[in-house]
Amino acid sequence: MNDILSYANIPLVRNSPIVGGELTAPSNDIRDRITNALVNKNAKTVTVLSSLLAVEDEFGYIPSRAIEQVAIHTKSTINDVWGVASFYTNFRFTPPGEHVVEICWGPTCHLLGSRDILKYTLDALGLTEEGDTPDKKVSLKYNTCLGACSQGPVVHVDGKILGSQALGGLKGDALAQKVSDMISNLRSNNSE
Amino acid sequence: MLSFAELLNLSNRKYQELESGDIPWIRVGTAVCGDAAGADDVLESLRSELDKRGISANISPVGCIGLCYAEPLVDILKPGQSRIFFKNVAPDQVAQLVESYLVNNEPPQDMALAYSGNTPVNGIPSLDSLPMWKHQVRVAMRNCGEIDPTDIYQYIARGGYSALNKAIFGMEPGDVVKEVQDSGLRGRGGAAFSTGTKWSFLVGSPGPVKYILCNCEEGDPGAYNDKGILESDPHTLVEGTILAGYATGASNGVVFIRHGHEGPITRTQKAIDDCYELGLLGDNILGSSFSFHMEVSLTGDSYVAGEETALMESIEGKRAMPRFRPPFPAQSGVWGLPTNINNIKTLSYVPEIISKGGEWFSSIGIERSKGTAILCLSGNITRPGMIEVPMGITLKEILEDIAGGSPDGHSLKFLQTGGPLGGVLSADQIDIPLDFEAMAQAGAILGSGGIIAADDRACAVDMTRLLIAFCQYESCGKCFPCRLGMTNIIEILERICNFESRPGDMELMRNIGQNMAGTSLCGHGQLGWNPVQSALRFFPEEFAEHMEEKKCRTGQCLGPIITPQRTRSRWTSAQPLELRI
Repeated sequence: MNDILSYANIPLVRNSPIVGGELTAPSNDIRDRITNALVNKNAKTVTVLSSLLAVEDEFGYIPSRAIEQVAIHTKSTINDVWGVASFYTNFRFTPPGEHVVEICWGPTCHLLGSRDILKYTLDALGLTEEGDTPDKKVSLKYNTCLGACSQGPVVHVDGKILGSQALGGLKGDALAQKVSDMISNLRSNNSE
Repeated sequence: MLSFAELLNLSNRKYQELESGDIPWIRVGTAVCGDAAGADDVLESLRSELDKRGISANISPVGCIGLCYAEPLVDILKPGQSRIFFKNVAPDQVAQLVESYLVNNEPPQDMALAYSGNTPVNGIPSLDSLPMWKHQVRVAMRNCGEIDPTDIYQYIARGGYSALNKAIFGMEPGDVVKEVQDSGLRGRGGAAFSTGTKWSFLVGSPGPVKYILCNCEEGDPGAYNDKGILESDPHTLVEGTILAGYATGASNGVVFIRHGHEGPITRTQKAIDDCYELGLLGDNILGSSFSFHMEVSLTGDSYVAGEETALMESIEGKRAMPRFRPPFPAQSGVWGLPTNINNIKTLSYVPEIISKGGEWFSSIGIERSKGTAILCLSGNITRPGMIEVPMGITLKEILEDIAGGSPDGHSLKFLQTGGPLGGVLSADQIDIPLDFEAMAQAGAILGSGGIIAADDRACAVDMTRLLIAFCQYESCGKCFPCRLGMTNIIEILERICNFESRPGDMELMRNIGQNMAGTSLCGHGQLGWNPVQSALRFFPEEFAEHMEEKKCRTGQCLGPIITPQRTRSRWTSAQPLELRI
């Protein structure tokens, strides 16, 4: 696979400074990690989508240079890769916060009170819609169904799924307090 | 390589040790519903508690038995005794459970849910007498919660892969197709097309490379039965797929799952790997001349990826947008090769149909709809969970007897069945049998088997807005009636919910919806008007209240709805990307 990369003759590191000075970090590391993900963590049948998923698993987002590396790896165009990457809603293009909170808004969770959880979480994070907190500590994401409808309303925190029992089946102010505690715990807990 | 008889022998021996060995066999439900209730913590504290006391036991993380309301569920089989299920076990209750049952042999009555076995246990009901259990007939879910899904030997010991052995060495491919046709099995993904007939389309297509796709995209909120089966018993799907491959002369199987659902993905992958290792997959399966290969394919988040042709696009790594038909998948499917696509639940029935015969399967259920239905019950009900019931049972029985009705004295208002596109069904219509046609007649669809119950606290208009918000968010954007239509309908619904509706809104919405239904390429747009239409049919007075009297009787409509931003172009808000060409 390295053959393909060198065949494309894309420099491994940009040597000259860029006007605007955006890309100052040594990018060798990122490039190697992307290559490693594409070659070693890919599905059995390699496609644009499987490659993007491998990159997403490695980084938690799609770094901009991964787009062209995926294009080279899958012998597609940058346009093709962008087309796929912008279509599936799980891909994001900036690094996520240290912690990721996903909240389900499917009909079951909606009926069982996910709207309150969403509202209290937004309040606790100081956000008005899904996104990252300014300090990049927490990213909030909406999810259409986390697959544990029988335990709704369901929240997903750093890969751990929490049902209504985990949130104590609370309502109103007690729930607001619980959610706010959960968020401040997340914020203070740096090393996950 | 072991022969099947040797494999069976080995498996039986291993299973015997678990079932009637000298030490207890403890099973903990660790499917996603169990995990959400805290099963992994329970498992951990159970292990450390047993370690601390020096008690040896076999601990198996199993899948979901379906009694999700009782999760985390721990079931203990002590040597020579009945198996006892303990419900809602919190991590801090584990020590008490171990102390009283494993050490003192006194099952704590307050934690016990039921027993299963020949010897009754004092003060504890039998599993078969539980309201949620007694109506069930478990065919595809026969192993769910019974076996460790990562242990192929447990599956084989409970009759697994014997259907495959029987088919390969005792039946012609045509006999297998005929058996499935005789069983009357109809696709469980929503379209309810005869599975045997569908397979026969692929039989005639030229090989040598033909595909069997197993659809576990399952984006429907409220349905988790596909993932539930993969998490609890992936081998039944793998065996069903191999059988489908044998029957149709296909060479490859692909299991299609949404990225991020780790439980189903890792367990299916493990099942496939184990099969390769034991010669149940790969070249010359069980020493015969039949070869079949399988792999797992992941997709990103996209609801439309569950549509059969969009699914093929996604497997090829492209945007999940539906293709035009013809050519039909049986002629030109994934990678342009002949393809047959089945839902997980459909394929999961096949091993039992081949083992016990099509006639046996068709004796379950009713005239038009044979067999069982695998349903997920959730929402405002007392006992949410995953059940397998014979077709023909009424929705009323399911909701009142099995699910225990609405909690806290509320009354049932409507059901939302078959995914967001299925719309709503009023509670006074639920005395209908579970049957594809009868449900369609009543204005609902069985779809993928998700049943969401809403009680009188829910607002019909608010729910419609939520369903359309989902449909709008998930429209793939290929054809504009759906892409623009959904956006217009959600705008109108938001106006109605905010009591700002304008004269003519209803006609406008109906116009858009009917156009969308008539001119979209795939089911997403064709059925996209369904949620509004069904709500208008059953709850016209609530819409009128919102539009004319400017009030909502439940108060649910107040406040903005919190759903993702309107379109699939989230990336535009990201920082501008530097592209080097």
